[in-house]
Amino acid sequence: MNAAAKKKIDPIQAVKYVLLVAASFVVLFPPYVVIVNAFKRENENSSPFALPESFFNFDNFRIVYERADIGHAFLNTLIIVAVSLLGNIVFGTMVSYALGRLDFKGKGIVLALFLFASIIPNITTQVVLFSMIQSLGLFNSLYAPIVLFVGADVLQIYIYLQFIRNIPYELDESAMIDGASLFRIYRTIVFPLLAPATVTLVILKTINIYNELYIPYLYMPKQNLVVVSTAIMRFAGNNQAQWGYICATILIIMIPTVVLYLFLQKYIFAGVTSGAVKG
Amino acid sequence: MGGLSYPAQKKIVLALFLLVPLTLLGMFTYYPAARLVYLSFTDWDGLGSGMSFLGLDNYREVFTNPDLFGVFLHQIPYAVGGILQNIVAIGFAVILNSTLKGRNAFRVLLFIPYIMNGVAVAFMFQYVFDTTGGSLNALLGAIGLESLQQSWLGNAAIVNWALAGVSVWRYLGYTMIIYLGALQSLPSDMYEAARIDGANRFQSLWHLTLPSLSRIIQLNMFLTLSGALAVFDLPFVLTKGGPAGASETFLLKTTETAFQFNNYGLASAMSVVLLLLTVLILLGQNAALGRKGRD
Repeated sequence: MNAAAKKKIDPIQAVKYVLLVAASFVVLFPPYVVIVNAFKRENENSSPFALPESFFNFDNFRIVYERADIGHAFLNTLIIVAVSLLGNIVFGTMVSYALGRLDFKGKGIVLALFLFASIIPNITTQVVLFSMIQSLGLFNSLYAPIVLFVGADVLQIYIYLQFIRNIPYELDESAMIDGASLFRIYRTIVFPLLAPATVTLVILKTINIYNELYIPYLYMPKQNLVVVSTAIMRFAGNNQAQWGYICATILIIMIPTVVLYLFLQKYIFAGVTSGAVKG
Repeated sequence: MGGLSYPAQKKIVLALFLLVPLTLLGMFTYYPAARLVYLSFTDWDGLGSGMSFLGLDNYREVFTNPDLFGVFLHQIPYAVGGILQNIVAIGFAVILNSTLKGRNAFRVLLFIPYIMNGVAVAFMFQYVFDTTGGSLNALLGAIGLESLQQSWLGNAAIVNWALAGVSVWRYLGYTMIIYLGALQSLPSDMYEAARIDGANRFQSLWHLTLPSLSRIIQLNMFLTLSGALAVFDLPFVLTKGGPAGASETFLLKTTETAFQFNNYGLASAMSVVLLLLTVLILLGQNAALGRKGRD
């Protein structure tokens, strides 16, 4: 409304665009170089910025797909994400239902335990967890990352609690008048109404697990237990400075989350913003 | 279960719903944390059960050996970069919160680095920083700034700044989105009132916007500083701490001490020190702002 009133070119508006375009250039420059070089043949000796002879040259992708074990990497990552999230949603909604709907002694302590856990730098505890995972017999198995990712965390509980507060308690009460058990209320009323929060959390956690490096690196050194993060690390380590191959690998690994993001940005922004308010 | 009274049901549901999540939390977070504290007083080698009690020796080693505590100096660029990142992020959040054509496109674009796979980002920047074939040196050459061409990851004086730059590139959009979300929740009539009272844009930014962001700034500064203390992924992937240890970080040292040198006692002491420093930042920040912080 404000802008319609003044039509003349505003110098401040111009400065804003200059800054935004400059920032966009900085953001896009590295991915641009990766994209153009992923399509170049080994003997295409051009500058890193030059376009490839053809964008239909998929040689690098074909070679990388086999050598970097990308198929295995995607499959293992998918299994870890799916199993971890399934458990994580069940546990997260249960804790949040208990905290948000039931009064009990020690509620504050439970919340504080989850909160304080979030400030412990999680790589430090691996020093102890490493021998625990080994003695549990989970070393070199997909269960190692799964048991570490499956637990509820404070961000999730916080987002669920915000939603639970907005579910009218009258719904619970009228179900109780009908004689529904508390478990039934959780399963048929609260859990379904948390769906929007669950969608947001599934997307954010998928991205986090997909991007996690150290846990798969530490607990799954076995060749066929590769995930996306470790696949690119192993491959780039063995193919130093072969930029065509490395760029193709980077692209293959980046595309899934970028596509997910472009389609589901609404949920991602919602999660990031509401998660931050907890401070 | 429907046959039981609600108070009885409540007890059962509470027990069942909290049992597994709290067990997981205890097993994989608090037990390891407690064990870290215990091991930090010993010389455990990670293998058998044999260990002897060393008292505070490990802590003395952490604080007096410049190879250990001294590497925090390498992490100053990350803290500086993080503070700049917050300032720039607030700037862009304010810009994108104003009336502007295409602002959603810019918002989507600036956030993209955050959702990219971290290891892929690291290797992307390995290419950017490569001395001979890298795109940054090529770019500098193309605009006539050959004198600035560098061995970005091979020069001990520059490597940590280069890595901190990657970190800013990756997290700027994320920080900006948090600030933008906070700005959008501010009531617009507040600005209307200020405008009627004759406040210019800069005055309302300084006197209205920044004060109402103080809680979010506090949160982001905590994330920035605790993140700078716990830098790990980028040097781990890109430089392995090199050249000649110039980009080692405290956490990188901690994992090496444990997993390469099997000195789990010392590594535990380092972990405890890192955790205490993180808590110290949190407490210091809350004290400085004279408020309880989390409510």
